[in-house]
Amino acid sequence: MIRTARLARLSRRRVLKGMLNGVAVTVGLPMLDCLLNDGGTAFASGAPLPLRFVTWFWGLGGASSVFVPKVTGADYDLPEELQPLSGVKQHVNVYTNFNAFRDSAPNLCHYTGWIVCRSGIAPLASEDKPGETIDVTIARSIGRSSRFPTVMVTANGDMRTSFSYENANSINAAEPSPLNLYTRIFGPGYQDPNAEGFTPSALVMARKSVLSGVLDQTRELEKVVGAEDRARLDQYFTGLRDLERQFDQQLTKPEPIAACHAVAPPGQDPRPGIDADIVAQRHRQLTDLMVMALVCDQTRVFNMAYSAAFASTIKPGYEKPHHTTTHEEPIDKVAGYQTVASWFTRRAMEEFAYFVDAFSKVREGEGTLLDNTLIYASTDSNWARIHSIDGIPMFTAGRAGGRMRTGIHVDGGGTAATRVGYTAMKVFGVDAASWGSKSNGTSSEVSEVLA
Amino acid sequence: MSHLPANLIGRRCARVRGLWPHAAAVVLVLLLAPLARAAGTSATPEPIQAGPADAATPARMRLISQEQYFNSLGYVFGPDITVGAHFAPFRRTDGLLASGSSSAGVTIAQMQEFQRTANSLAEQVVSPANRAYLVRCTPRRDTSADRECAREFLLPVGRLLFRRPLDKALADQVVARSVEGANELHDFYGGLAVALEGLLMAPQALFVADRVKPDSARPGYARLDAFSLASRLSFFLWNAAPDDELLRAAEKGELDNPNGVAKTVDRMLASPRLETGVRAFFDDMLRFDDLAVLAKDPGIYPTFGAETIADAREQTLRTLVNQLLVKKLDYRELFTSRDTFLSPSLAVIYDVAAPPGWTAYESPPGSPRAGMLTQVSFLAAHAHPGRSSPTLRGKAVRELLLCQTVPRPPPNVDFSLLEDANSRMKTARERLDVHRANPVCAGCHKLTDPIGLAFENFDGAGEFRATERGAAIDSSGVLDGRNFEDLAGLSQAVHDHPQLSACLVKRVYGWATGGATQPSDKPMLDWLGERFAADGYRLPDLLRTVALSSAFATVREAEPGQTHAAAPAARPAPERAAGGKTP
Repeated sequence: MIRTARLARLSRRRVLKGMLNGVAVTVGLPMLDCLLNDGGTAFASGAPLPLRFVTWFWGLGGASSVFVPKVTGADYDLPEELQPLSGVKQHVNVYTNFNAFRDSAPNLCHYTGWIVCRSGIAPLASEDKPGETIDVTIARSIGRSSRFPTVMVTANGDMRTSFSYENANSINAAEPSPLNLYTRIFGPGYQDPNAEGFTPSALVMARKSVLSGVLDQTRELEKVVGAEDRARLDQYFTGLRDLERQFDQQLTKPEPIAACHAVAPPGQDPRPGIDADIVAQRHRQLTDLMVMALVCDQTRVFNMAYSAAFASTIKPGYEKPHHTTTHEEPIDKVAGYQTVASWFTRRAMEEFAYFVDAFSKVREGEGTLLDNTLIYASTDSNWARIHSIDGIPMFTAGRAGGRMRTGIHVDGGGTAATRVGYTAMKVFGVDAASWGSKSNGTSSEVSEVLA
Repeated sequence: MSHLPANLIGRRCARVRGLWPHAAAVVLVLLLAPLARAAGTSATPEPIQAGPADAATPARMRLISQEQYFNSLGYVFGPDITVGAHFAPFRRTDGLLASGSSSAGVTIAQMQEFQRTANSLAEQVVSPANRAYLVRCTPRRDTSADRECAREFLLPVGRLLFRRPLDKALADQVVARSVEGANELHDFYGGLAVALEGLLMAPQALFVADRVKPDSARPGYARLDAFSLASRLSFFLWNAAPDDELLRAAEKGELDNPNGVAKTVDRMLASPRLETGVRAFFDDMLRFDDLAVLAKDPGIYPTFGAETIADAREQTLRTLVNQLLVKKLDYRELFTSRDTFLSPSLAVIYDVAAPPGWTAYESPPGSPRAGMLTQVSFLAAHAHPGRSSPTLRGKAVRELLLCQTVPRPPPNVDFSLLEDANSRMKTARERLDVHRANPVCAGCHKLTDPIGLAFENFDGAGEFRATERGAAIDSSGVLDGRNFEDLAGLSQAVHDHPQLSACLVKRVYGWATGGATQPSDKPMLDWLGERFAADGYRLPDLLRTVALSSAFATVREAEPGQTHAAAPAARPAPERAAGGKTP
């Protein structure tokens, strides 16, 4: 095995160029840290297995009386709406009695809650998207070495359903189509890490060299626009730099990854629609593709939306979609809650269980993909019927490389919901003394779940 | 100015200074030399109306939309070039997605999508199947570089993509990239594709930046340079980049004088590309992006499927084009006309027979189907998956057609009165009476429901119904003081509403200038409204008036330290998702 230090004196471009002057040759670039250590907990080089951060979103919360476990700590109970989690409970932490604070801002229906949980800041108006979302922050810490820093997918068929943004004008559009997602991840540009040998592509090198010219053109355009537009061009420039980085990756033999295997393209997308069965079908296809994208190290951060905040999921034959149901369905006098609205919540929890389970099924090292992942699930409200953002429920799942404990129900005691996100940020090494603003600002991790 | 005959300038412009392209008078009238004008309704030369003297827009840098990008490339490379890319949608601003283009940023994910698109396009253009007719020159050898052939292909294409000629340094750089690539790949066409990919994702291709030249006669104002003016015209009227002829007009200085601009605008208005532009505008204004994700419960509406949705959009756009561009009718008549088009999938909803394809259809006198408000694209889009929604429909009338704002629903709504499972409230009117009786709800519902209840003879899929749950439907209501008995009455009230045409003017102006309208635009909008009325509310005339106005080509210079586009944006209308899906 060639050691990295020996190659340090030669630039990669110089090496590859030399090899490409003539016929294309297959070369074996250093495998670096492709092998796991004896314990299977890290690469042979000592580098830890990659950590992944994943978010999951469902709209319209749940009915507290059948959603919030009675028991806190380990071995919590599963109320009716959480029953679908029974198969993955040991991987899941439930967070209740945490609050999203609006302070002097209005309670923007089905909006304030999710924005606070994802950005730490209460929005002032419906078009306001303050700060950046937590996936973007964490991707900056762990995602920049993978092909896609962060990916947003949605199971409701609407690319506008996004819970990921860099700023108010830079939203990561969601990918609703499994077919498109497959092409994006495993289509052109995908490098199979387990492919035999490695042939650096002269075409990729040529395409990369073009980017330097495009970078120059960006500088030229910056001279004729104002300050705000220069900032937009800077952002575009950052994107170009990231493309350069991706080309560099394509010119490097990827590390073999035992768990990564070829994914068959989806036969076809589910039919258009938002009835719960179709949403579930779409959700599962997208989940399976994204799980393999993580395994094959195409990305280390992604976001899944099961529904929009104003979830319009349909129960076939019932005239009201989920959101309208939460407002208009009578409370069943016997059950004590809205039974159809609860049906929608249970369907969402079934999909969350599928989601978590998909991670737990993939072997990675001596554990599973879920062991090296932290899934953070949030919603927009506690009791959607009255747009309550007090007691807004959240979940996490996975051990994040052994940094998290699982199978715990945490009662937040009315503290800031942002503590859960802040805990995630600290787990992933984000250098932040605090997160959030005003009452949502916190520097207090949820210590109960930290290993 | 030099292109205008001196005597004409002297005679017509004696009282004003620096006439073109800004106006120093309230209304400047230049009688043009006779020209064949395709747009409008008159064969006689039309005067150029410049508009208020101080009207101008900020200089903007717009991110090109997916549709604009594809339209432009389709015109450059032909319709056989296809791409399955998905650019991130803009944030709807001041009623239009297009107005969000001037603030839209490019995330890393979006940048990847631009590159993927550019790569796919470049590969298709130079593919063996396409190169014969898209790359007109033939290299000396396919396996090596040919600088001259690369130049012959890349520079004209670069000019079209950048919407202005490439300066020498850039042109040399682009050709050099192609040569380098060809040498490395031993493939002329491979090198060409690499260079083309760079052009397709260059900032000059993706951002439409207004470039200006100072106007020494008017401190604080500047003029768009000819190429920026060409781009603004082209994206406004065609929703695509300028064609070769428009760029040539800019190169020859024809856009530096009003006669030349008028001639160009009239050519553009007569082009088949105008239909593409007008369709795109109404697609945006009517929020047809919502139709892309519209879904109905097939158990409740079994005849309503994906084909119905696509045809509903097409029906409205066809009707708009036919009435506004082909027949050049009064815009307001869209809301009362019985003329439209039907496809088989819509005929099922209309409960009439229709042959395959599209057929002109005139609803019989007395039919409840008359005007755009009775089309499926409106009725079904503003309804729930399993039932109608007077609130959403009323809200749509106010926000989409009248440019009014309906406040968001309050968070602390008390729905307890709706909680009787055995409710005797059969109709939407009865149910909504609960809201209107509740002070917390009444503020908004009084704005929407008296309009929206007029639609109750049409269910959530747009099918006619005489009753709801066996109860007769009362579709009477009131719109801003005007009482009506049914949807036909509402349609007439909308037709007569002064804000109907004002709203169209506002949206057209925002679309034309690439950003949200500002409070300072009010005199300009008022003036355009007056012109629109004087021209019989004909859309081609409005488009022409906007395109030839002083404000269209004039830029308000930014204060020191500010960006060109730093003027405060008008508060956007609430978005559909943000506005809530109310009963």
